[in-house]
Amino acid sequence: MTAPVGIVLVSHSQALAAGVVDLAAQMAPDVLIVPAAGTDDGGLGTGFDRVLAGVERALGECEEVLVLADLGSAVLMAESVLDALGEDRAARVRLADAPFVEGTVAAAVTAHGGAGLVEVLASAEAAGGTFARAGRGRAADGAPAGSGAPADGSGSTGAGHERGARRARLRNPLGLHARPAAVLARSVAAFDARVAIDGANAASVLELMKLGVVGGHEVEIRAEGPQAEEALDMVVAAIEGGFGEAPPLDARLQ
Amino acid sequence: MALDVAWAQRWARQTAESISEAKSTLIDLDREIGDGDHGENLDRGFQAVVTKLDALEASPEHISDVLRLVATTLMSSVGGASGPLYGTAYLRAAKVTGLAELDAHGVVALLEGALEGIAARGRAVPGEKTMVDAWSPAVDAAVGAAGRGASPVEVLVAAADAAAEGARSTGPLVATKGRASYLGERSAGHEDPGATSSAIILRAAVLAATAPEHDPPTGDRPDVSTADEEGAS
Repeated sequence: MTAPVGIVLVSHSQALAAGVVDLAAQMAPDVLIVPAAGTDDGGLGTGFDRVLAGVERALGECEEVLVLADLGSAVLMAESVLDALGEDRAARVRLADAPFVEGTVAAAVTAHGGAGLVEVLASAEAAGGTFARAGRGRAADGAPAGSGAPADGSGSTGAGHERGARRARLRNPLGLHARPAAVLARSVAAFDARVAIDGANAASVLELMKLGVVGGHEVEIRAEGPQAEEALDMVVAAIEGGFGEAPPLDARLQ
Repeated sequence: MALDVAWAQRWARQTAESISEAKSTLIDLDREIGDGDHGENLDRGFQAVVTKLDALEASPEHISDVLRLVATTLMSSVGGASGPLYGTAYLRAAKVTGLAELDAHGVVALLEGALEGIAARGRAVPGEKTMVDAWSPAVDAAVGAAGRGASPVEVLVAAADAAAEGARSTGPLVATKGRASYLGERSAGHEDPGATSSAIILRAAVLAATAPEHDPPTGDRPDVSTADEEGAS
């Protein structure tokens, strides 16, 4: 199953694009991510035909396409290609004003949840601020609207809403690194609940990674919304299961 | 001489030749304030244009066909920012040149299209030490010349002269757009490579109109391309 939004990476370097594809694909395996990079002779640069072919391939396999570009002239090239697509096809494509690596990762994870182009674009474009400063109000990688971190005890919940908190200890040595962060963020997005881990929006892979939580640490998980309990169960189980990569905690730590 | 489809092809070929001659100058300029690849990239791009023209089975019918061929070839083969910038310039120019032969106003329209393309793609305005600093005065001069009743070739000459002057005027400017802007104040003191190559392209348009193949060069050989051009005639 391919996610409805595909991603095209316009880069001067084939190696750079391939590396970012690898990174993002590990976190969002169902998203089509097409590299369109380098020159025909394998050098550094961007070429119209290669970028156009990448965008056309993504348009052929996906409903909508987000394009990310690495440096100045890659942006110009991407814009030139979008101009040449014609109105009908161009309406299904957007160019993100986003950092190449963080934007791609954030966009891919959001796209993996089945989000539409507007949401995936917002996700990419919000990614730049994530590492510089904790996002306030808005999910730092544009995780689905309304899934922001729940208030910590203040405020009221609507009728039928549940609220809860649990604690869990990370069991895998590397903790919430990229892959488990993406697993968690994707899983959380499937529930009708807003979930926070140590105050970070659990639907945002970038916010989770920024926590820097490693094995042995205990985290607090808060959730609210109609499926708060189910979400808590899932998150606790995932953390305590070590995301499938844990040698038992006791054997490795302390 | 008529500015027709044959001229358009001579222009493309002459540009390839002029850029090739100026390659080391462009590389040096770009090395001072950019990443040194402008001469190399543009030379590769225009050589690819010549290859494509040579490979055409039938002669192009319209000026716009030639401009479009140049546009798509540059976009695919230049590699750096000048690919989409010049590509867009030639594409926009192609849109306004449906005529079999350009009159004075047709020349103005072609130049305006090119300027609009570069300015829109690069989001640049005059004074930022970019290609626009060559194309913008070129358009102004062309408009003035056409208004005075100049011939199409005279309009082209006025544009090329103004572009060369515009390129020279970028020397003292501080770049605020493009790669050179990374250098800030240190970009001052060198002419902008993009403005310089723009002037070369426009001079080539004049050469193609005034010095057709196998004819001796005329009196108004250009400043920009006279440097190092033994054998060019």
